Amino acid sequence: MTRGYLRPAAFSRLGFVVTGLLAAALAGPLVSFHANRILPGDPRSVFACLPPALAAGLVLILAAAMAAAFFGGGWPRLAMASLGIAALGIACGVAASRLTATGGSWSRVSPGMGFWLGLFGLVVLFADAAVRIRFSPRARLSLVFLAGLCLAGFFYSGIWRDVSVVREYDARAADFWREGGIHIMLAAGSLMVACLIGIPLGIGLKFSQALRAPILNLLNVIQTIPSIALFGMLIVPLSWLAAHLPALAKAGINGVGVAPAFLALVLYSLLPVTANTLIGLRGVPAPVLDAARGMGLTSLQRLGRVELPLALPVILTGVRLVLVQNLGLATVAALIGGGGFGVFVFQGIGQGAPDLILLGALPSVILALAAAVVMDALIALTARPAP
Amino acid sequence: MRYAGLALRLAVFALLAAFLLRPQSFAPLLQPFAANGAPAIYTQSSLLSLALSHLEIVLAASLLSTVIAVGCAIFVTRPAGAEFLPLLRSVANIGQACPPVAVLALAVPALGFGTAPTLVALFLYGLLPIFETTLTGLSNLPAAVVEAADGMGMTKTQRLWHIELPLALPLILGGIRLSVVIGIGTATIGSTVAAHTLGEVIIAGLLTNNLAFVVQGGLVVAAFAVLVFDLLVLIERRAARRAGLIQADLAFG
Repeated sequence: MTRGYLRPAAFSRLGFVVTGLLAAALAGPLVSFHANRILPGDPRSVFACLPPALAAGLVLILAAAMAAAFFGGGWPRLAMASLGIAALGIACGVAASRLTATGGSWSRVSPGMGFWLGLFGLVVLFADAAVRIRFSPRARLSLVFLAGLCLAGFFYSGIWRDVSVVREYDARAADFWREGGIHIMLAAGSLMVACLIGIPLGIGLKFSQALRAPILNLLNVIQTIPSIALFGMLIVPLSWLAAHLPALAKAGINGVGVAPAFLALVLYSLLPVTANTLIGLRGVPAPVLDAARGMGLTSLQRLGRVELPLALPVILTGVRLVLVQNLGLATVAALIGGGGFGVFVFQGIGQGAPDLILLGALPSVILALAAAVVMDALIALTARPAP
Repeated sequence: MRYAGLALRLAVFALLAAFLLRPQSFAPLLQPFAANGAPAIYTQSSLLSLALSHLEIVLAASLLSTVIAVGCAIFVTRPAGAEFLPLLRSVANIGQACPPVAVLALAVPALGFGTAPTLVALFLYGLLPIFETTLTGLSNLPAAVVEAADGMGMTKTQRLWHIELPLALPLILGGIRLSVVIGIGTATIGSTVAAHTLGEVIIAGLLTNNLAFVVQGGLVVAAFAVLVFDLLVLIERRAARRAGLIQADLAFG
């Protein structure tokens, strides 16, 4: 059934989807022009805000991408999708610079609906190409690295300097990196603590039938509690502890801030790590264990050399889930003063400044996506049968 | 053990209902958390109306996500849509990595404040788990059952309605449960963009430094989410049992 789909250069109906999106991108507003950062925007189309040569170039590239979506094999699709994304990025930057030059220094130019639709269409094309080419895990890792380099290149080249999000960044560059560091520390640090607790707990539950159901149920209930509710409720015990244990208060732990956020993220992370460790260990085939026993391995040696390595892909699947989930939940930490990219999101919501919301939301999304792709590749690498 | 669990849930439900209907009678319990004579009970809007509107938003969004996601999954598992299966699967996989809060935040510039961005974010994000599980359900049907259906002379539509969907139902319900639970959490945060949900109480507590509000909002939302989750698990188990029966009937018939 899928063979026809993978045959290169066959007519593909995906072309209609991509063409629709890209046509809408060209017809819709590429950017929206705001007289200042709060006022609603005034839509500007590709042809209204780009020099004619550049507009023609963009149309040509997007048309080629449409053609690739109908008739191209995997590699032409990949090439046209990448080229299209780059062209859209350049067009947005140039349009922003041109409009800002005439609009004055208070004016803001943000990516418009056309830009987002076009980007979505090209990302769909890119994903389709990746599905067709079937990249190896290593190739996927390099691709993520390359995409990161390209993004950094665009960012530091200055071509986006007049795009509204970058203007917001310029106004608070130091804060941005500090909150970014906190965001990653919250997500990755809580994951590490959760692994230190959850993996031994999972191993323990393999041996204790009686504790298995109650503990997994408890962790399940915790997972069900909405993030902000858990964040909020942890404030109470933590402020009580800080009030009664001066040592904790001195260490900077009190009701609000990083501590309850970190603790909540650890609690959320425990279920996937613990449950997947248990599932992974139970999935080790009995003959393998028998063989290990026959070779004279002690139970500790079996655990370390046979069971855990074989369970690793399943454990990593849990880790992937947690990492992606935590990178998202860390955004909410800002509501209880825990910092992270959510600071900009909620500041932006408070000020009614969409650009500031984007400054917080975009890096959260990019981080979560990159983490998902990288973890998937790592899982595929470890799941390979030993040569 | 089973009855203890049921009794606990009924007790939580009774407590939740009592608190939503007569919040003032719980004031003495919460007063210690309210510093400097601040009110112990949130009175800006009635807790009951917040809970109902919270539920309404989640239900509306989940219903819409279910229809669209199940429709998409059916489409890509038919020969006509098979071409799109690998792509939609990878797009759904990527989409699932986007944090729900970010989806909510990104909906605000496009739709403004209020209930609309929350609804849209809930709907969009809710699609993914349902699509994923429906797909798993529809593509892992026991081959013998499908063949038997064909052998009985069922048309494709009959097979879909009488065999495939009922057999996939437990998994579909699992996806709905996942997206409802995420939805309840996201809707809570939706109150930061002025959606009328229980999150309002927590946010008000955080803004005015009133722990009593934070605690009551947190407990109500948590109890709410856990109860809905349990209810959906119950429905799912029943469906699984029924699907098991259907399978057995066919196997013996």
